[in-house]
Amino acid sequence: MTNPEQPPPSPPPPVPPLPSSAAPPLLSSVRMAHFVAHGSLRLDAVVPAEMNAEAIGFLGRGVPGVPYGSAVADAYPEGSFARRLLGIPAVAGALRSLVGPDPRVDHHAVHVREPREGSAQPLHGDAIIDVRTDAFDVQLMYYPQDVTLDMGGTLSVPGSHLRRTNETDTGRYQNLLGQSRLVCPAGTVVFLHHGLWHGGRRNDSDAVRYMFKIRFNPAVRQRRLWDTSDLGYPQVAEELSTTFPWYEPATGRLEIYNRVLLWRSLTGDESFDLEHWVTRVSNRPQEEVA
Amino acid sequence: MTTRQQVLVLYLATSALDSPVVGWSVYDGTGRTSPTTGDGDEPPYKSGVDALRDGWRLFQAAQLIPPYPGSEYDVSFLKHEFFFEKLVDAG
Repeated sequence: MTNPEQPPPSPPPPVPPLPSSAAPPLLSSVRMAHFVAHGSLRLDAVVPAEMNAEAIGFLGRGVPGVPYGSAVADAYPEGSFARRLLGIPAVAGALRSLVGPDPRVDHHAVHVREPREGSAQPLHGDAIIDVRTDAFDVQLMYYPQDVTLDMGGTLSVPGSHLRRTNETDTGRYQNLLGQSRLVCPAGTVVFLHHGLWHGGRRNDSDAVRYMFKIRFNPAVRQRRLWDTSDLGYPQVAEELSTTFPWYEPATGRLEIYNRVLLWRSLTGDESFDLEHWVTRVSNRPQEEVA
Repeated sequence: MTTRQQVLVLYLATSALDSPVVGWSVYDGTGRTSPTTGDGDEPPYKSGVDALRDGWRLFQAAQLIPPYPGSEYDVSFLKHEFFFEKLVDAG
């Protein structure tokens, strides 16, 4: 298999792989609910400075591709940068919580936004329209440098991941109320649901901006893969009830409906509901009057 | 005088033209500005009517289309899209 990066420089990598006995910190149910509502999960500055400097050194040269569906161990040999990135406990725990153990590497890419390049990407969802309701891919986006507003950090639209649209057909939308224009410290990792509307913004600064993306496909059923010890906490329902300023109020109700279905799939709890939205329209009693 | 078209697209919270703006896009036929994706967090107007009051002329409004049978609960594009124009002197 292809080694996608240059050999790591000496001294040895600052973040050693997790010992086999150590379990990465899984997401809580509240954070998982946050992901289900927002379609993204942000981990600020989880990658150490030494690795960020290393990444900036090679990302500009690109990273050779790997075959679609590669195992992580095949795509990223032990000691490679990507393998060490995925071994950072917070990253490993989030990835396992979202897509489970041993996910497949769909593909990866380095995105470079050149200084004062003059244009932004159109708002889009990656790949093609993907309407799975009981499974999802995640995209890891890693930012090795401080990203300021004028550097064109990724635009994303919270809560857009369940919209059934195809790739750049959303390109007409320039700005949506409550959108997220990423500004983050170096070493930030963001996980995106495959359907989330996003795009690289115009870089109006004098600095080159890098982002390294890996898309993961789950290899197991995505059910209760996170730390479910807080599953019954009221904050879970509160997170799942989040609405966003760009939602038309009527469609926002449908968003909650679809979110409930996703949460039911992820938990196996077919009785879960918010504001009776799913239960009400599913009610078809079959018992005859006595 | 050379006139050019400026286009404003507003996405509103309901099908009513006086409902709040939830999304917006601008295209400038004069070439004086280059609006693009993710270039601002503040909408140019609070509602569609506010745009009218500022001289924008409405030339297209999204139709109200019933959901396709079997897809009543699906979410997709924004529904309430309004196109406005201004004709400006580009000379």
